[in-house]
Amino acid sequence: MNVTATHPYVAALLAGSGVLPKSPTAWFDARRAAALERANALSVPTTRDEEWRFTDLTPLTKLQVRPAAAAVKVSTADIAPHVVPEASMRLVFVDGVPVLEFAQQGALPAGVTVIALSDAMKSHAALVEPWLAKLAGSEKELFTALNTAFLQHGVFIHLAKDAQLKAPIHLLFVAAGNGVAAYPRCLIVAETGAEACVIEDYVALGGEAYLTNAVTEIAVAPNASVRHIKLQRESQQAFHISTCAVTLAKDARFQSHAVTLGARLSRNNLNISQHGEGVSVEIDGLALIGGRQTADTHTLMDHAQPHGTCRQTHKTIVGGAAHAVFNGKVFVREGAQLTDSSQQSRNLLLSDKAHVDTKPQLEIFADDVKCAHGAAVGQLDADHLFYLKSRGLPEAQARNLLTYAFGAEIIDHIPVPSLVASLEKQVMARTEVSI
Amino acid sequence: MINSNAKTILEVRNLTATVAGVDILKGINLTVRAGEVHAIMGPNGSGKSTFSKVLAGHPAYEVKGGEVLFEGKDLFALESDERARAGIFLGFQYPVEIPGVTNSAFLRLAYNTVQGGRGKEELDPLEFDDLVREKMKLLEMNPEFLSRSVNDGFSGGEKKRNEILQMALLEPKLSLLDETDSGLDIDALRVVAGGVNKLLTPDNACVLVTHYQRLLNYITPDYVHVMSAGRIIKSGDKSLALELESRGYDWLLDDKKAAA
Repeated sequence: MNVTATHPYVAALLAGSGVLPKSPTAWFDARRAAALERANALSVPTTRDEEWRFTDLTPLTKLQVRPAAAAVKVSTADIAPHVVPEASMRLVFVDGVPVLEFAQQGALPAGVTVIALSDAMKSHAALVEPWLAKLAGSEKELFTALNTAFLQHGVFIHLAKDAQLKAPIHLLFVAAGNGVAAYPRCLIVAETGAEACVIEDYVALGGEAYLTNAVTEIAVAPNASVRHIKLQRESQQAFHISTCAVTLAKDARFQSHAVTLGARLSRNNLNISQHGEGVSVEIDGLALIGGRQTADTHTLMDHAQPHGTCRQTHKTIVGGAAHAVFNGKVFVREGAQLTDSSQQSRNLLLSDKAHVDTKPQLEIFADDVKCAHGAAVGQLDADHLFYLKSRGLPEAQARNLLTYAFGAEIIDHIPVPSLVASLEKQVMARTEVSI
Repeated sequence: MINSNAKTILEVRNLTATVAGVDILKGINLTVRAGEVHAIMGPNGSGKSTFSKVLAGHPAYEVKGGEVLFEGKDLFALESDERARAGIFLGFQYPVEIPGVTNSAFLRLAYNTVQGGRGKEELDPLEFDDLVREKMKLLEMNPEFLSRSVNDGFSGGEKKRNEILQMALLEPKLSLLDETDSGLDIDALRVVAGGVNKLLTPDNACVLVTHYQRLLNYITPDYVHVMSAGRIIKSGDKSLALELESRGYDWLLDDKKAAA
């Protein structure tokens, strides 16, 4: 592969992509080559790009990263705090490379397949080929193009017709090395009537600086249901850029829970496309940041067909000199009648230097729809504070409890008790609450 | 219960207060002794709710003049949370909802904070659970309200029961119940009032702020005060409430005008 990137930083990132083994299929080699070509052609976005108006990637371009070579040694004790007991299966990736000794596979129900994406390209080509690198396009997206160009250690999760996976699949991404770029990739395909819950958990062992560039593609067939839980608890020096692209067929259901606590700079893209009537979507987001962190969330709910329902709540809690960004697009296309879509952006600023940019963006081309959106940026409510103080809680404790509660409302919706407990603990620690 | 030898819990002298620059309280005088129940009635906008909020330390109200002694000490030297720990309790007309905090965690936090402030023993979650379930029986509350978020999705009656549950746990010396009866159906009112009655002792006192005489059929006041335009214009015993019920407020306001 030729490396002739137009942008020096992209050229540096792409160094080493040429040594990747050829994939087992010609069609994927072609897609990877196309992605590489796009990566070469695209520049690192700047704040002059509308999609990156509020988030400056300059700090990322100053970090030299290389793809993980030999994985840093990680012990079972390092993994232990991140175990989710409710999970039916766990896969562990260290710096983007799967480490089989940490994987745990219970008996998966009939019809549920979880295998390496590189194997699936061959063994399950008919299921993979329609979606992989198709749902998440590389045309304009540098980071998606880079991820596809580096695609090597992905996961393929398949649920056959009516397969029910009650217990979640846990994908644990552990960052251990300094100056490493990891390119996690996941494809989830749920056939008609199937049901699944997948957790993507990004954690760090130390305070290293590195780049996680993740892409997840999810195809939900008629009447199937997928719940996607994404927890971003990277190191405070890390960069985390991720894209999740979802396509929903008729009567499909999709629930997203995204919690952002870590990274010096993070960008979370969630693009949901409604391709059949009557889908039902819930999008919950929480970013709790402080110091000099930046957390940018861009979502798109594209109602291209009638009778879609979407409920979105995005919350940010911003302390220190941190900066949160939310851009929530909702498209209701011509003919997408009886769409019922609502979006709430609620933001809590904890300091004078904290900063939030929130941009609801509704574009409606159908006339018989119900769409609502609201954005609120503020401090804690004075009546709430007075209520707690009138019950004896000192000012600081009352503030912390309300801050915690603001975030807990999102966390409590995650139907995995151990995750709720561990996230609540992290939020309590950040808000100095003890209850 | 009136006992003229009982110690004075609250002494209000010529209290004036404003909200957003507007005079609301224009000289309130009131003495509350241990064991007493006072009802403060009056038309809308008379300042009766403001009075209870000023005593509890609501930040929206600014005290302009006069003084308030709580057990002989300057009340306004204390922050609202310090007043709560010292033994003042405000039952809210509109209790706020706090999604994300379970009622049990909130109640235990409040209980332990107040207990700690009074130099008493704090309870761990299991011990507290026993205590709160016992107190909930007073108010015929379903224990499921412990696992729900504070007041979140509670009906009006459930919120008021939750307020009185907090009164039961915090054991205040002075309870200020702001329109605790408003919006309650008769069954809920009976339960809430019954709860309050069981919590009244010769050592504590209660000030009921109410718009309706109906509450006083269930909680018998020792004194009834009528507020109008930021002042107490008439005080009497429980028969005054009945008179107000049959005659309304206008005759009092007319009397006052005539006197002026």
